[in-house]
Amino acid sequence: MTNLMPLILEHLMIVLIAAFIAVFIGVSLGILSYWVRYLDKAILWTAEIIQTIPNLALLAMLMIIFGLGNVTIIAGLVLYALLPIIRNTYIGLESVPSHLKDAARGMGMSRLQRLMKVEMPLSFPLVFSGIKLAVVNSLSIAVMGVLIGAGGLGYPIYRGIQTGSVERILTGAIPVVLMALILDYLMSKVEKRLVHKGTRG
Amino acid sequence: MIKFENVSKSYGESKVLKDLSFQINQGDFVVLIGPSGCGKTTTLRTINRLIEPDSGTIYIDGNDISALNPVELRRSIGYVIQQIGLFPNMTVEENIAVVPKLLKYPKEKWQPIVKDLLGLVGMPYDENAHKYPSELSGGQQQRIGVLRALAASPPIVLMDEPFGALDPITREALQEEVKRIQKKLKKTIVFVTHDMDEALKMADVIVFMSGGKILQMASPEELLQHPADPLISEFMGKHRGTVNINANLTAADFMKTRVLKASGSMQTLQSVELMRNRDVNSMIVLNEDDTYAGTVSLDTIKTHGKAGRAIGEFMETGVPTVNLKEDARETFEKLYTSPAGYVVVLNDDMSVAGLITKTSMAKAMGEALWGEMIS
Ligand SMILES: Nc1ncnc2c1ncn2[C@@H]1O[C@H](COP(=O)(O)OP(=O)(O)OP(=O)(O)O)[C@@H](O)[C@H]1O
Ligand SMILES: [Mg+2]
Repeated sequence: MTNLMPLILEHLMIVLIAAFIAVFIGVSLGILSYWVRYLDKAILWTAEIIQTIPNLALLAMLMIIFGLGNVTIIAGLVLYALLPIIRNTYIGLESVPSHLKDAARGMGMSRLQRLMKVEMPLSFPLVFSGIKLAVVNSLSIAVMGVLIGAGGLGYPIYRGIQTGSVERILTGAIPVVLMALILDYLMSKVEKRLVHKGTRG
Repeated sequence: MIKFENVSKSYGESKVLKDLSFQINQGDFVVLIGPSGCGKTTTLRTINRLIEPDSGTIYIDGNDISALNPVELRRSIGYVIQQIGLFPNMTVEENIAVVPKLLKYPKEKWQPIVKDLLGLVGMPYDENAHKYPSELSGGQQQRIGVLRALAASPPIVLMDEPFGALDPITREALQEEVKRIQKKLKKTIVFVTHDMDEALKMADVIVFMSGGKILQMASPEELLQHPADPLISEFMGKHRGTVNINANLTAADFMKTRVLKASGSMQTLQSVELMRNRDVNSMIVLNEDDTYAGTVSLDTIKTHGKAGRAIGEFMETGVPTVNLKEDARETFEKLYTSPAGYVVVLNDDMSVAGLITKTSMAKAMGEALWGEMIS
């Protein structure tokens, strides 16, 4: 058990780094899809294609580019996390009531001001739920990292499979499940605090 | 001053604005009205460039607005919409301060503005400034919608059916508030509605549109008296009867014509019987040639009348008379001072045309104001 802690931390680290990158890229692409007509289809379609590539195949391809190690698994997690984040950002922005967009435009807000002051705050709940979904998914996908030489909780699980030890498998799997539950809980708390009083329910 | 010069706009095949040319003077309350789809909203939204016309030019104070930065233009024009459109993520105060903040007013400048404006519509700052729109009633929300449009003191305010979604009582209150604010702050307001009541109540100038064109642009008074198109008269519906409320109402409009008349030679008891039968307490006495002679009432008969006397012998002549064409105000004054409570209306040849009582006067006024009465 004593040597499990570093693995948990590394696992978490990989997921969080991937999440930050995915949020940055995903939200940007979501905004771009919303802003640029016709680009929305291309972006969402690409993200969906990526989502359908089997984990192993994607990781293998990334390994060719990034080699063995944590960078490859982070890249893979980012790619998988993109779809829910892009999609929810796009849908969130699209579904801001048109009279509010009209009012914002009529008040003399520039496109960026509309986005920052009105459209993003109002789409926040949906964007955040996309992020939550991506993070929780990443926790379990990150286990695959062991196959491409990355650290984290994939290792004890992999060893368990090789030696036929259920106990070892559980040693790796249980922390993953617990982390997923805890992160989900924490993020829901954060969401409650961040979602604006005026827009809640 | 806003000036439209040959402004046209099409969506695909359909021409929405057809070569519009008109002018709105500074400080006027201008109401755009017309059937649904006639282009009112489109016209309004070309003024703050939410819609760009295909051709033609719009000038504000002599400047071609297509040469101005649209974002800056919009900050200088107030805008109120039917759906209100308060930002739900901002408090009342933040909503009102939206444009001042876009214009980079410091807080010391915009906060007093918010306070003043809230005072203007009777919503105390301390109670309301920090609420979110969802915590307000519909009427309060639209008050804030109006204040938001006024916050940066734009000389022009555009309003697109701002009270369309409100209940009648709230609507009326807001109409009065906006009219009062407009007069007080001397704004030019361009206001879209399809409610003729609202237009007549608020407008200095009514622009009646149909099919992307202006059918008539005139004061409410002028529109009522001389509608330029059957569609306009139809739109005015119940207001049609009101055409001549100030201008040419005469005594004839107020009188009732079913009145009891008798020759002066009629005998006392007979006249009493007649009055009882008709449930009235006075009657008009005529000369032999049917011209007006005077009146008798049951009271006078009681004091002076004896059976067998002719009513012409003791009739009164003190009841005021007016000519059929006497104007309404004169008639009203005579009625008001008449000891008998009524006046007699005479034709040019001095024959009796009818009577005006306080009841007939009130009924006729009511009809002039609100249209045909039921009974
Ligand atoms: N974006 C658009 N694309 C196509 N047609 C449009 C568009 N906007 C408006 N129209 C059409 O232009 C015409 C005028 O529309 P507009 O909104 O100005 O009417 P309106 O007088 O304000 O009507 P209402 O009283 O119903 O609000 C309508 O026939 C409408 O269908
Ligand atoms: Mg409209």
